[in-house]
Amino acid sequence: MKRRTLLKGSLSAGVASVAAAAGLLTPQMVMAAWPKSAFEAKGVDNAVKALLGSSSLAASGDITIKAPPIAENGAVVNVAISTKLKNVSSISILVEKNGQPLTSNFNLASVTEPFVKTRIKVAKTSSVIAVVKSGGKLFSAGREVKVTIGGCGG
Amino acid sequence: MAKKWKVRAQAKGGVTTLKALITHPMETGLRKNKKTGKKIPAHFIQKLTVEHSGKSVLDADWGPAVSANPYLSIKFKGAAKGDSVKISWSDNTGKSDSHTVKVR
Repeated sequence: MKRRTLLKGSLSAGVASVAAAAGLLTPQMVMAAWPKSAFEAKGVDNAVKALLGSSSLAASGDITIKAPPIAENGAVVNVAISTKLKNVSSISILVEKNGQPLTSNFNLASVTEPFVKTRIKVAKTSSVIAVVKSGGKLFSAGREVKVTIGGCGG
Repeated sequence: MAKKWKVRAQAKGGVTTLKALITHPMETGLRKNKKTGKKIPAHFIQKLTVEHSGKSVLDADWGPAVSANPYLSIKFKGAAKGDSVKISWSDNTGKSDSHTVKVR
């Protein structure tokens, strides 16, 4: 087990240095489009504002969050978000008590159903919040996930 | 080397369900290497896109709080059996990869 962590550690360091060299050659376009400030923001309100331009969220009963009530391992928490709202242009998943609450943001095309399922890290027992942008307005719903082993750091 | 992609797209009743499992460490940059005490540098996917016949279906921004070896599932309309769906990502170190599957 120890050998494995060491291997993993040295491997990722190696990859990072190679990639840093390669980074000089790749265009920065993709990087620029990534909303850095939103991901680094502390607090749900700040993150939502940095990402979507407004932090006025309307609670909605039409958003369904599927998540386990108790997660044994916070590093892997299955989350599925779906909604009955129409004209959904984006779905964002935030974890209230993570150091950086924003985990992911999904911009959906018109052909895409308002549904996403993924796995996120949850540092400690916290509310998982889904923010759905529908017809230019923001709606949200939350669901508590209890964590027995944290997913960040360690 | 572990297999980098496990992707499946299945059409049923006009809706295609895409399920993808990507091999990626998704390091937050906060974890420490227990032996050396040094921080493991952040290494995570930032951008992920899904395209169906040249048209974007999903354009996602990910942070380090997406689990290692990320799983993603979405549903979209308009794809027929045999169509190709392309999924691609780029990470914070400038690396990128893509994979194309046929809708079944």
